[in-house]
Amino acid sequence: MRALTWHGKHDVRVDTVDDPEILNPRDAIIKITATAICGSDLHLYDGYIPTMQKGDILGHEFMGEVVEIGAKSTLQKGQRVVVPFTIACGSCYHCGKRQYSACDNGNPADNQDIGQELYGQPMSGLFGYSHLTGGYAGGQAEYVRVPFSDVGPIVIPDGVADEKVLFLSDILPTGWQAAENADIEPGDTVAVWGCGPVGLFAVQSAFLMGAERVIAIDHFPHRLELAKRFGAETINFEESATYEALMEMTGGIGPDAVIDAVGLEAHGFFVDNVIDQIKKSTFLGTDRTHSIRQAIVACRKGGRISMPAVYGGIVDKFPLGAFMEKGLTLKTGQTSVQHYMPALLNAIMEGKIDTTFLISHTLPLEQAPEGYAMFHDKQNEVTKVVLKPGMALAA
Amino acid sequence: MSVTQNQSRRDDAPLSTSKRDDAVDEATGALVEARGDTLVGRTVTINRPRAELYGYWRDFGNLPTFMDNVVSVEMLDDRRSHWVVKAPGGQTVEWDSLITEEREGEMIAWASAEGADVPNSGRIDFRDAQGGRGTIVTATIVYDPPAGMVGKIIAKIFQREPAIQARRDLRRFKQLMETGEIATSSRTHAQLAEEKA
Repeated sequence: MRALTWHGKHDVRVDTVDDPEILNPRDAIIKITATAICGSDLHLYDGYIPTMQKGDILGHEFMGEVVEIGAKSTLQKGQRVVVPFTIACGSCYHCGKRQYSACDNGNPADNQDIGQELYGQPMSGLFGYSHLTGGYAGGQAEYVRVPFSDVGPIVIPDGVADEKVLFLSDILPTGWQAAENADIEPGDTVAVWGCGPVGLFAVQSAFLMGAERVIAIDHFPHRLELAKRFGAETINFEESATYEALMEMTGGIGPDAVIDAVGLEAHGFFVDNVIDQIKKSTFLGTDRTHSIRQAIVACRKGGRISMPAVYGGIVDKFPLGAFMEKGLTLKTGQTSVQHYMPALLNAIMEGKIDTTFLISHTLPLEQAPEGYAMFHDKQNEVTKVVLKPGMALAA
Repeated sequence: MSVTQNQSRRDDAPLSTSKRDDAVDEATGALVEARGDTLVGRTVTINRPRAELYGYWRDFGNLPTFMDNVVSVEMLDDRRSHWVVKAPGGQTVEWDSLITEEREGEMIAWASAEGADVPNSGRIDFRDAQGGRGTIVTATIVYDPPAGMVGKIIAKIFQREPAIQARRDLRRFKQLMETGEIATSSRTHAQLAEEKA
């Protein structure tokens, strides 16, 4: 089959590799019909993530048709499914508590050593995201092997376009969980740092959960425009001072809840201190690097912090004093996608959540390297790249 | 710290986590028969009933399913078994093992017979987890590293070091018991075979 493979920093290629096979009873093989490049894929692209190996297949946002099933899969051939990026068994203590991203068993035993050493306990496996998270082949390919297919994939009704449901795999549940973690109360003002896909879905979700005002913060005019379309007020941090603007816009109180959805692109996943050095030397804005610090300082007394942004290492200059003195609460974590999928599929079907607005480019899988380059280089215009294996090459 | 505390265990932490040099002596005291002077202890909680886990483990022929470096275990009689285990450099080591004590559903203690390539002994304990979380399984192994420290270092390089193996084996046992299969990120049968080699 053809698959997008990683070879090093800014070097991804579409290669021919062996087709995946059913290896365990609960497996299924999915023929990919649509897959997206995630902001967090850019970390891999930028070479920030350790434990990557040449030839690793990327992609953790994907959907397709069931073409093969193991003896204990509950799927049927021909069904269309969206697959969660978190690989969870459904049988362990954490899955029982619907904390799917904390699954004990989704990550192969040998790979769990790294997570155990780094974080104290290993987390679930993830598709296409380094050997730290299991070394599973991703879905930017013609086919993918999906373990625990009786727990993860959600069946999509006929007649619903791929574009409408594809983001159930990651960014829509991640934005939703971000808003849920902010414990929004009616009348609240919620501030969202970062208007990437997760931030934009968090904006929509916050309003659905009863927020009266949402203030979106970014520096890409087009992304702020999208946030405005969903009813958010905006702050462009290149034009206005963020903390001062937030204080004035909230009558000197500060936002009731703050959501840091920046880390996915602005923060190093693994060795933040090293990445900070790189950022300094390349003149990346400190506002982006320090979004969580700024969010904590801006948040009102007794308020809530939600952090969907991906961090992997150790951060210094964390304003622990402001966090403690103001009595703030912080909730975070990788998304338990399986927990949110059914309700969010309903919300899409009922037209309560718009997903297709995000897609700026659709390319054949063969042109995936171009997709990575444009997503990396033109973040204002390129909001989301969807790849389709069967699509004809563009001129 | 009082004298009594100094004389016995100072806290409630397992001996395998002790920073004290004499912990291994105390641990071997808990075994019916002790073989070796290197202590490994690992605990895992498995979301299945105690009797089921004990039953699967007690049928030693099942062990190679999740113990990646065990080639085979053959039951010679009810208490005696023959083990073939992978060693660094494509070698294998073999020994006979004797059950020295067992309590149905609770624990199995073993010790290698005279002349073992890697003298070893240990116990596997099963107890109910709090809050209905299943069963807490603890493996305690005392062994003599092959060819002393050099052998241990080599073993570590080849990732056949018992402390690492015990942790991984218990995780695989948990996966098998909880999910019915052992998680792999291989894509093809060929890759899977290579991984297990």
